[in-house]
Amino acid sequence: MSDSLNFSYLVDGENFASAGQASVQVKKELRQLGIAPETIRRVSIAMYEGEINMVIHAGGGVAQVNVDDLGIEIILKDEGPGIANIEQAMQEGFSTAPDNVRSLGFGAGMGLPNMKRYTDDIQIDSTVGVGTTITMRVNF
Amino acid sequence: MTINDIKNHLDAEVLCGKEFLDKEVFSACGSDMMSDVLAFVKDQAVLLTGLMNTQVIRTAEMMDMICVVFIRNKKPGEDIIELARESGIAVLSSSKRMYEACGILYSNGLQGQAK
Ligand SMILES: Nc1ncnc2c1ncn2[C@@H]1O[C@H](COP(=O)(O)OP(=O)(O)OP(=O)(O)O)[C@@H](O)[C@H]1O
Ligand SMILES: [Mg+2]
Repeated sequence: MSDSLNFSYLVDGENFASAGQASVQVKKELRQLGIAPETIRRVSIAMYEGEINMVIHAGGGVAQVNVDDLGIEIILKDEGPGIANIEQAMQEGFSTAPDNVRSLGFGAGMGLPNMKRYTDDIQIDSTVGVGTTITMRVNF
Repeated sequence: MTINDIKNHLDAEVLCGKEFLDKEVFSACGSDMMSDVLAFVKDQAVLLTGLMNTQVIRTAEMMDMICVVFIRNKKPGEDIIELARESGIAVLSSSKRMYEACGILYSNGLQGQAK
């Protein structure tokens, strides 16, 4: 692979049932490219957690995935409320999710720690009232 | 243990994925919190859950699981079954409760940790 490949998806913030569709699609694309299953799984989990976050915390956004010679980059961009204290949000168990989200099986405060665990690099850029951009890399 | 053995042990109904009944599985996990599944599971092929929504199937797919067992007699809607079909995941429904369902499978040799 010499050229980089780019995929871009709109993540609908109104529909919890469809959350995760972009991640499923990316998983299919990466399989087509013949990328190692363990690498695909790491990308899938990290992106899925991020996609769910965009839906439950930020009203949706845009997901972009770039594949280059070195690995896979995932950029999740939303114009939601932003994260006031990123260090706190990264703690296992910290969650502001309301009870209705918990009854859907999310809101354990594990998403961001998971995204960090499964990727080689994570950058969180967030401004309260403006939005959040999360950039993750998984190297081959 | 095969998916068919799980069906028999749990008195379960197969809602989709009959073609996968002969597939062998070595470990499982049980949870209603999908973010716990995403955090702690490694190589488990089976998910037992009392949660009922499309994210159960997507979580299983992200984790490369091949079988979801809905416990407490939950019958998923057609949207969930359809998604599972597309993802190649077998879906079972059992009237057992979580503790009992996990206990039965565990005592029959299905482990919590993949080797
Ligand atoms: N895109 C986002 N926009 C605004 N706030 C966010 C965003 N992502 C995360 N957060 C904040 O960070 C907290 C921690 O996120 P994290 O994903 O770790 O846990 P959670 O989503 O609450 O629960 P879980 O991921 O276990 O389902 C969230 O509760 C929320 O307050
Ligand atoms: Mg989350």
